[in-house]
Amino acid sequence: MSSLSSARLRRSIALHLFLTPLALIWLFPLWMMVVFSTMPDNGIFSPGIELLPHGNFLDNFHNLQRDTDFVGAILISVSVAVTYTVLSVLLTSMAGWALARYKFFGKGVVVAIILGTITLPYAVVLIPQFIMVARDFQLANTWVALIVPPLFNSLGVLFMRQSFSMMPDDLFDAARVEGVKEWRIFLFVALPLARPMLAALAIILFLASWNNYLWPLLINSQPGSMTAPVALGTLIGLTKVSWGGIMAGAVMLTVPMLIVFVLLQRHFIAGIAAGAVK
Amino acid sequence: MRNRNATAYRFLAPYLLIFSVFWVWPIISSFMISFQATRTVPWRFAPGFNWGRLIGDPAFFNALKNTLLILVIQVPVMIALAMVMAVLLNSPLLKARGLYRFAFFAPVVVGEVAYSAVFRLMFSLDFGIVNKLLNSIGLPKIDWFSNVTPAMALIMIAVTWRWAGYNAIILLAGMQSIPEDVYEAATLDRVSKLKQFFYITVPLLKPVIVFCTVLSIIGTMQLFTEPFLITERGGPGGGTETLGLLLYRQGFRSLNFGYASAVAYTMAALAIAITLVQLWLTREKQ
Repeated sequence: MSSLSSARLRRSIALHLFLTPLALIWLFPLWMMVVFSTMPDNGIFSPGIELLPHGNFLDNFHNLQRDTDFVGAILISVSVAVTYTVLSVLLTSMAGWALARYKFFGKGVVVAIILGTITLPYAVVLIPQFIMVARDFQLANTWVALIVPPLFNSLGVLFMRQSFSMMPDDLFDAARVEGVKEWRIFLFVALPLARPMLAALAIILFLASWNNYLWPLLINSQPGSMTAPVALGTLIGLTKVSWGGIMAGAVMLTVPMLIVFVLLQRHFIAGIAAGAVK
Repeated sequence: MRNRNATAYRFLAPYLLIFSVFWVWPIISSFMISFQATRTVPWRFAPGFNWGRLIGDPAFFNALKNTLLILVIQVPVMIALAMVMAVLLNSPLLKARGLYRFAFFAPVVVGEVAYSAVFRLMFSLDFGIVNKLLNSIGLPKIDWFSNVTPAMALIMIAVTWRWAGYNAIILLAGMQSIPEDVYEAATLDRVSKLKQFFYITVPLLKPVIVFCTVLSIIGTMQLFTEPFLITERGGPGGGTETLGLLLYRQGFRSLNFGYASAVAYTMAALAIAITLVQLWLTREKQ
C-alpha cells in the first residue's frame, strides 16, 4: 500500500515538474504585456532584463491617446460587440428553434446548406461582402457595416438547434393546449430554459466581435469609425509611436476579457467545446 | 412535430435573410468574380484571365508554399501539445488545477492584434526579452525578422501559443466523456498509463482529434493577422507571405477583386479537400 502511494507521489511530482514550466511559458507573453504597458518607452528599448511592472501605465495611456483616439475606438468596439451579440443570439436562437421544433417544407435544404458550407473559409466571402457593403450599399465606415454582415455566423443556429431539440415535447405541448401562441412559447418557455446555453453562446459571440480584426480593418478604415483592435493595429509598425502606449492598449483590450473568462469560465468552456458537438 | 410552414419561416426569416445575403450569395458571387477581369469598367467575363495568371504567378506559389509549410509543421505540433495539455489537466494527481487551466486557456480570449504587438516586442532583435534571455544563457541572438527561417518559426510559435489551449479545451471535453470504468478495467488488468493513453484515449478520441486538426488546418490556411502585423506584411521579402495576405494585397491594396477571388477559391478548394478527408477518416465502419 505504501509503495503504491509513494509511486503516486512520484508521478504527481513529475507531473507538476513538467507542467509548471510549461504553464509559466504560456503565461509569459501575457505577463510581459502587462510589464511593457507599465514601462516608459526608453525602458522597453534598453538592454536590461525587466520582468516586473513599473508605474508608467497612465503616461503610456496618454501617449496612446495622443497617437490615436483609443477611448473613442473602445466605445465603438463595446457598442458594436453588445449590439452584435444581442442580435446574433436572438436571430440564431429563433432559427435554431424553428429547425429543432417544427417540420416544414425546405427544412432539409436549409440544414444541408448550413452544414455543407460551415467549413468553407471566411476568406471566400470577403471580396463580395466588401463590394456589396462598400460599393452597392455605400455603408463603409458605418456601424451597420460592422454589425450586420458578421451576423451570418451559423454557429449559434446549430448550437441552439441542438439545445432546443433536447427539451421534452410535453413542456411545449402543455402550453399549446392552453392556446398559447408559438412566439410566446419560444419567448417565455423555451428561451428561459435555454439560459445556460444562451450565456455560453453570448460569451463566444461577444469575444468574436470584440477581437474581430480583418472585416473591421477593411470596411471601417476611416479614423473615427475604427474599432479598438483596428486603431491599435494602425500603430504597429509606425516608427514614431509609443510602444508603451500600444501595450497599454493591448492590456485594455485583453484584461477585461481575462476577467470575464475567469468569472464565467464554465460558460466559456461550454461555448468552445460546443463548437465540436456538431 | 407538426407541419407548420408559416410559423417556422416566421422564426427563420430574419436569420435566413442575413445568411443568404452575406454568406450564401457571396460564396456564389466570389466564384463568378474569379472568372471576370475586374480592372476594366465594366467588368468583363474572361474565364482564363485570373486563373491563368494564378498558375503562372510566382507570388501565388510562394504564398501557397509558405501556407502549406506552416500547416504541415505548426498544426501537428500544436495538436500534439494540446493533447499533452488535455491529458495532464485531466490527471487526478494534479493540484491547483484552476491555475494551470488559466495558464493554458487564457490565450483563447486574447485578440490577434494585442498578442501580435506583444510578440513583436518580445522577439525584437536588440531589445526583445527573448533575445536577452537567450544571451543571458550564453546563446547567440536570433534575428527573428530579417531571416526567413526564424520569421516563419516566429509565426508558428505565435499561432501555437494562441490556439493550443483552444484545442486542449475541445480535447479535454472529449476525454471527459470517455466513461471512467474503461480505465478502471484497464488498471485492474495492470495496463500501464501510457498504454491506456495509446490504446484507449487516442482511439476513442479520434473523431475529436480529427475535428481539431481540420479546424486548425482551415484556420491556419487563412492566416492573415500574424504575418500582417508581426512580420510586417509577410516579411522579410515575402518570406512569410500567406494566401490570406496575398488575398488582402490583391483584393484591397491593388483592388484586383477577380484575382483575389481566384486566390480565395484556391483556399476553398483546399478546405473542401480537407473536409472530405475528415469525413473519410471518421466514417462509420460497419
